[in-house]
Amino acid sequence: MRGVFVAATLFGLMRIRVDYFAFLRERAGRAHETLDTGAATPRELYRELRERRPLPPGKGLKVAVNDEFRNWDWSLEDGDRVVFMPPVAGG
Amino acid sequence: MSDFRISADAIDQAAELAALEDTASGAVACFCGRVRNHNEGRAVAGLQYECYEELAVSEGARVIAEAKERFGASRVLCVHRTGDLAIGDAAVWVGVAAAHRNEAFAAARYVIDEVKKRVPIWKREHYPEGPAEWINAP
Repeated sequence: MRGVFVAATLFGLMRIRVDYFAFLRERAGRAHETLDTGAATPRELYRELRERRPLPPGKGLKVAVNDEFRNWDWSLEDGDRVVFMPPVAGG
Repeated sequence: MSDFRISADAIDQAAELAALEDTASGAVACFCGRVRNHNEGRAVAGLQYECYEELAVSEGARVIAEAKERFGASRVLCVHRTGDLAIGDAAVWVGVAAAHRNEAFAAARYVIDEVKKRVPIWKREHYPEGPAEWINAP
């Protein structure tokens, strides 16, 4: 596994964990996944995820990186945890 | 413990109220949001809440800090439920202790409004008939 990780890093890929909640969790068919990606931003990452999962368009979603709200053009780093959030509905 | 909490168990409103004790506060305002049996003209059988807990707790704490700063409230607490709730169950509780009633009402109103807008919590409605639906799903 470590060899795969080192190879991925050499090719400019980053290992990113993505968590899904609520409506997005159901659409993704899983609560989280880890992928090796060349996506530099949440915008690029979401585009890539939409090729693999039946996720809705990104408009109206919010983004968190490492448990902080971030914008769609935030620079991702290896090992980041990214969450795409549907519009909230608490209360 | 944070002044904003997520709870998988029923909210103990008497215990929350007791935690607001403050001899300098002459006013206490509480708001409780409960599960109602209808939404937008449709009968509702129950609700399920899910949250992104790490961010919900930090954003909820920011909302509470803002309420204290803006309205001069001395103590502000908020608890939000997760899991499966039945009609009539308390889904969210906000309590504010302040010197006077205006600050207490205003701060409580601010907290519930901002929590509904900003804190990453989602609800799924269950109906007597038909499949359950996530509210605000894109």
